[in-house]
Amino acid sequence: MAHWLEETENMVYAGRIKVPYRWYVGEVGSRFLTTLRNKKEIWGTRCSRCKRVYIPPAKNCGECFSLTDEWVQVKNTGTLQSFTVVRYSHDMQPRSVPFAYGLIKLDGADGSLLHFIGDTDLDALQVGMRVEAVFADEREGSILDIRHFRPVGGGDSNG
Amino acid sequence: MDRIAIIGVGQTPYERNKEDTFDELVFEAATKALADAGGEIGDIDNIITVSNDFWDGRTISSMAIQDAAGCQGKDISTVEGDGTFGILYGMMRVLSGSYDTTLVVSHMKGSESVMNLITNAMFDPIYQRGLGIDATSSAALQARCYMEMSGATEEDFARVSVKNHKNAFNNPNAQLPLDITVDDVMKSKKLADPLKLLDCSPVSDGGAAVILANEKGRKRFKKDPVWISGVGHLSDSYTLGYRDLARSRALTGAAEKAYRMAGIKKPLKEIDVAEIYDAYSYMELMWYEGLGFAPEGKGAELIRSGDTGPGGALPVNPSGGVLSAHPVMVAGMARVIEAVLQLRGEAENRQIAKAKTALAHGINGPCGQAHCVYILGV
Amino acid sequence: MGKRVAIVGFGQTYQRSSRRDVNGVEIINEAVRACLADADLTIDDIDAIVIGNMDHFEGINYVDCWSVEGSGGVMKPIFKVTTGGTTGTTVAMCGYYHVASGMFDRVLAIGWEKNSESDTTGAIITAFHPVWERPNIGGAIAGLAVDASLYMSMYNVTERDGARVAARERLHALNNPYAHLHQEWMRGLDVEKIVELLVTSEQNPVIAYPLRMSDMCPRTDGAAAVVFASEDVAEKISSTPAWVVSTHNRHEHTYLGDLEWNRNETIRLAAKAVFDEVGIKEPLKEIDVCELYLPYSYAGLKWIEDIGFCEYGEGPKLLWDGVTDMDGELPINPSGGVMSSNPIGATGLIRVGEAAWQIMRRSGDRQVQKDVNFALSHGFGGCNWADFMLLGKEKPS
Repeated sequence: MAHWLEETENMVYAGRIKVPYRWYVGEVGSRFLTTLRNKKEIWGTRCSRCKRVYIPPAKNCGECFSLTDEWVQVKNTGTLQSFTVVRYSHDMQPRSVPFAYGLIKLDGADGSLLHFIGDTDLDALQVGMRVEAVFADEREGSILDIRHFRPVGGGDSNG
Repeated sequence: MDRIAIIGVGQTPYERNKEDTFDELVFEAATKALADAGGEIGDIDNIITVSNDFWDGRTISSMAIQDAAGCQGKDISTVEGDGTFGILYGMMRVLSGSYDTTLVVSHMKGSESVMNLITNAMFDPIYQRGLGIDATSSAALQARCYMEMSGATEEDFARVSVKNHKNAFNNPNAQLPLDITVDDVMKSKKLADPLKLLDCSPVSDGGAAVILANEKGRKRFKKDPVWISGVGHLSDSYTLGYRDLARSRALTGAAEKAYRMAGIKKPLKEIDVAEIYDAYSYMELMWYEGLGFAPEGKGAELIRSGDTGPGGALPVNPSGGVLSAHPVMVAGMARVIEAVLQLRGEAENRQIAKAKTALAHGINGPCGQAHCVYILGV
Repeated sequence: MGKRVAIVGFGQTYQRSSRRDVNGVEIINEAVRACLADADLTIDDIDAIVIGNMDHFEGINYVDCWSVEGSGGVMKPIFKVTTGGTTGTTVAMCGYYHVASGMFDRVLAIGWEKNSESDTTGAIITAFHPVWERPNIGGAIAGLAVDASLYMSMYNVTERDGARVAARERLHALNNPYAHLHQEWMRGLDVEKIVELLVTSEQNPVIAYPLRMSDMCPRTDGAAAVVFASEDVAEKISSTPAWVVSTHNRHEHTYLGDLEWNRNETIRLAAKAVFDEVGIKEPLKEIDVCELYLPYSYAGLKWIEDIGFCEYGEGPKLLWDGVTDMDGELPINPSGGVMSSNPIGATGLIRVGEAAWQIMRRSGDRQVQKDVNFALSHGFGGCNWADFMLLGKEKPS
């Protein structure tokens, strides 16, 4: 007689977890996002000790552990520190492939900001390129109020 | 520090779409480790399990498998992070004097979840998650940063993949032994430039367990001990973009601590074999530098010269590494286990001759944010 | 041999139903700052960090990585432990073992939760088996209601007895500025009157027999942090460190149906492990104050029996005799307990911190007046985890 395991159908139960979330942005983050929305300006926080300027803003500096008590406006332009062209899809992507991410060091900020690169030939991206923020027409106070970054001087400047 | 031994190890084969449930994987790994050590569950004083609620699709993922790990009547806790951190907590529990032995067991089934969505969930929900970033696209950004800093090429990355997949033929537990060339890697499907399919680790299922013991506890078992002579762990900052992705200062810090404890001054010379966490091909080159095997920016020289191949000065990932099998949470523990097998002389076809000192490494978080490094010896 | 370990500092945020002014990383940072201030240390003095929360309450994977800038973990050793409701005590135990191992001298243990950010019941349901249990389960309240009903029928316990626990917890909370629920209407009222109002008021209906809203714990946003220090440095940091005397936990089953519903066996066994190790034979006499994780009122009757403070069925008597009130022989939850404040990942750690402060005599208006030599803290979690950490004024020999 065959072993019972061999005669058993292997069942798979497909499930989903649905837990809705609302993440409180906090006062610091709220100021950053509402300023993107209302003024199309990018502001970061500066550490009182080491003077690092954080974009996105941080309420305290991770390196010094001091509170960042100054707000500093940085430019809407910056330099591309890294990029990638994504060619696979999944549900959380707001864009269709192929699209590009970049890490952009904004003029006046330390570190770099993660965002999309668009309005340009994705196969011609290079580290060191100068890029500028393109704001969305409809903005709601989210990181996507910046639609993407594009090479400086390309198309209609929006920032 | 009192000496802590690894006295038993167990692994399930690593594959995709395993039919075993989580608790079956845990039970398999735990019973294998006990059999390997020559002991029974009664010889275990306390237990640490390693799992992740997101990967398991359940809050309190450990609640579901602790009885499969033998928790009846014992103190038990759970680390959520790579298995190397679980082992570290297991060590602390013995070093505290409260226990003489700890069983540490990890499990994960990548095939029961959607990797891109789960790794997307590790990014900040306010500023980054909504962009759709995930493990592979963030790794691609890091790879580019590293290429810019070091001059390493996509072909250098491909060489890592070729080496590790070939090594996997000697590892009966590895998921992806592949006989491929640099050209095959270069032509494989592009995922996120510069990373292609063969630059990335697979989706894997599996479980692993180790038994830790002090001098007194190891007498309950029959196996010869492998000793932990040094360990260090350290985390870098988080928000993608805040830190310099081309350099792994947290790895350097963790390694320095482990080396200091173990008395290692020249890692490339004094370490006989290393098992490190190559979730993506380029990471192996970055970790060579973080571990001090190569100076900053020169990691690629080691892969080009063959120094980290099976016959080289410091063979890295003779097991096939994480590129050949990547059950998250488990893979770091698997690195430790492989290092143990090497030092015992039980590594069969992948045995590095006369291995006396081994290094094992695990990472946690996006782009290798946190690292844990072990030095093991006989 | 390991090191002896003491708690030398404790910090917590003011707990509220929702902290809209901060995100999770920032609330963690507040607790860490408060804790470091309490211990008069800086982040540079900290050698390692351990952190915990329940992932699905905030929907963040790899929380130890995500919060690192707020927790002080940048370029420090850090990892995460999590075990459901007992996460806070699990974090405390892990902090203890970091130091007891001799590997680190000053370790920061952090627990936190922003329950306002999710559907708590929805998240809790995912703790249960997707095939065998989830389709039927009604979140945490259902299980607790069954537990209470069984206990009531076994020992002739009434709704008034349950309410007596609620009254104690909420009255105690009035002395605790950090607690979430401050039910000012209770202030100055006789405890019998409070119980009467709780069980008869139309504004307090039964939600799942026998449980009313007043019998349940709230959902809270909050964070807490504790510093564990080794014997080599503890007495230099604090003049009254709270020594960790013993700590144990038990967890036995995966499936709700496998539990022993009559009694809470994991509590009994974990408490026994602690008492046997220390040589405590009469817990009611020998322990001076407790911070117990009571997520709902009937637990305050049943579990004190399981711990061994009294015989089975005698719980209500202990309550009505005032033994567990602030001036009783064994004050329980001077902080107001979980029923007054429940940021889940922090809740267990707050029990440990509050117990430590009682020994350190830093508890302000909620300080127990008599000498505190032994303070017992406890954590509880779904499918019956039980953690205990016994703290002592004297350095263990």
